[in-house]
Amino acid sequence: MRNLSFSQATLEAMLEEMRRDERVFIMGEDIAKQGGIFGQFQGLPKEFGYERVRDTPISETALVGAGIGAALAGAVPVIDMHFADFIGVTMDEVLNQMAKMRYMFGGQATLPLVLRAPDGVTQSAAAQHSQSLEAWFLHIPGIKVVIPSNPADAKGLLKAAIRDPNPVIYFEHKNLFRKSGPVPDGDYLTPIGKAAVVREGQDVTIVSYSSMLGTCLEAADQLSQHHGIEAEVIDLRTIVPMDMETIYTSVKKTHRLVIAHEAVKTGGVGGEIAASVSENIIEYLDAPIIRVGAAFTPVPFSPPLEKRVIPQVEQVVEAVRKARW
Amino acid sequence: MLRMEARPSERKGCFFVVNTNLPADLLKEWYYRMLMIRRFEEKINEKFLAGEIPGFVHLYIGEEATGVGVCSALRKTDYITSTHRGHGHTLAKGADVKRCMAELYGRKTGYCKGKGGSMHIADFSIGMLGANGVVGGGFNLAVGAALAVQLRKGDQVAVCFFGDGASNRGTFHEALNMAAVWKLPAVFVCENNQWASTTPLHEATAVTDIAVRASSYAMPSTIVDGNDVFAVYEAAVEAIERARQGGGPTLVECKTYRIKGHFVGDPEQYRTREEVISQLEENDPLKNFFLRVQNEQLLGEQELVAIEEQVAAEIEEAVRFAETSPYPDPEEAFDDVYVEEVS
Repeated sequence: MRNLSFSQATLEAMLEEMRRDERVFIMGEDIAKQGGIFGQFQGLPKEFGYERVRDTPISETALVGAGIGAALAGAVPVIDMHFADFIGVTMDEVLNQMAKMRYMFGGQATLPLVLRAPDGVTQSAAAQHSQSLEAWFLHIPGIKVVIPSNPADAKGLLKAAIRDPNPVIYFEHKNLFRKSGPVPDGDYLTPIGKAAVVREGQDVTIVSYSSMLGTCLEAADQLSQHHGIEAEVIDLRTIVPMDMETIYTSVKKTHRLVIAHEAVKTGGVGGEIAASVSENIIEYLDAPIIRVGAAFTPVPFSPPLEKRVIPQVEQVVEAVRKARW
Repeated sequence: MLRMEARPSERKGCFFVVNTNLPADLLKEWYYRMLMIRRFEEKINEKFLAGEIPGFVHLYIGEEATGVGVCSALRKTDYITSTHRGHGHTLAKGADVKRCMAELYGRKTGYCKGKGGSMHIADFSIGMLGANGVVGGGFNLAVGAALAVQLRKGDQVAVCFFGDGASNRGTFHEALNMAAVWKLPAVFVCENNQWASTTPLHEATAVTDIAVRASSYAMPSTIVDGNDVFAVYEAAVEAIERARQGGGPTLVECKTYRIKGHFVGDPEQYRTREEVISQLEENDPLKNFFLRVQNEQLLGEQELVAIEEQVAAEIEEAVRFAETSPYPDPEEAFDDVYVEEVS
């Protein structure tokens, strides 16, 4: 076990997978010579060259479209989107090509493709560089969506995504890149589609993921210290396919559910979880399900404005207390 | 051995010089494929209007020489990406007419097990990476296939078929630039059929020749009479060989004409019947081919008749195959969303 930053962990994943499988290559804007905005590609070209670690024109549509075509023709592309927001530029490729090709061609196509999408709020990046868009892809069959919250899963999920024969969108929160944590030694995968119970408790279940998970763990500590509430915290880790069983098991024990994410609350992943819990195990609930998410605004620039619209520890604490009526 | 004279095209901006010794087998192959496409599309038209084919269909009638001319210059292992008007490309690349027909009928025995239909027909076993319901959707797929080939130092080529309308998509620009800057083994084949759905070329496109756009990417380009399979083939051979030898991509513009409406059932209020009839009389690729091989005695009457009989029989067999094939079980709707097993 070593202490690595999130970006170091993803770099290790790339190194290991590119050594393991020569079909794996990565391309994106400013990744090879610059090494990525967060240093997450630093040194890769030295070992693999500028063909397999490839700077591209500013052509997001071609980037994803060519990634799909390369996957169809037998390569294993990892595509860096630079910022998750730029998936908007290439949405047809994602929505109408990548997600549907296997299905509409009756299983003839295999797309072992990973889109790395740095998302979330960091350092006043403002409205076009701060979004959390995972819910869009929950609504499109044919894509897997993973979203790690710590360096160990960042590595394990990236390796699993590269080895997965399906298209996977890998959301990596920009605010996490420099955060450190323990990372296991050796070759390991974090299974796609498995949530993790990261804090046990019996009073309420909090489901979260990505950067917001840390906020929820802080809230859980405060709830324990100041309010005598022991929260069970689940790190979802994968948005598609979603591990509802782990959530059901926990809710059957705690009878209360709060879902927290940095993405806009309206139409978010929280609503889907809440609906599924209501449909399937409502008899176990002792209180309304509470969702915590960003306000229904674009992400503003100025630091106090940015902080105002993104959920903070106090809001999670408040939500849990509401769910404890 | 055959000798063909150079002759100027009647079309402004077109030129071709055909002076190649072509084997008779290749000519027979062209006639067989072009006629197969024509008869297939005629049958689809008939069956669609009879209500036997679901969805909507876009016919390739009038453009057979481009698909066949290009694909006959490709290897089975080469890749093509296609358009919403993709039956012709699929058959030209060598797909089984029975499984094509069954797919359009929505049957389990079709290429996509009934999940794709006309607009999503594909045969990956021959490198046909799919028709595409999104105009301009194929550019980057071909670029990616060519990139995969270049990365593994292979010798395959990826051909992207597209229409004049698609050249106004942003994907055209991004793909051609990327292919050129990386010298990818790709060929972009524009089927300029003069119509983007109901909009004529000049109303939607700032240039008359799509080929001139290649100069923006320092990419070689050529314009050929797309209704002359000899000319298309010669241009395709040159472009494909350039790509295969590492010389990078080429834009080949084939001037042709969409004889049928945008889709079967199109009332075609945007053009006159006279325009279509005059195109059919002057520029029908099958008629062009037929007259030429007869005039220049390149193929004998018996050879041509034998091909016609073979095509007619195969089409009838394909219809019978499709009509007697079962529909997919409704539960198959849930298959193939994902690859089940994670390696």
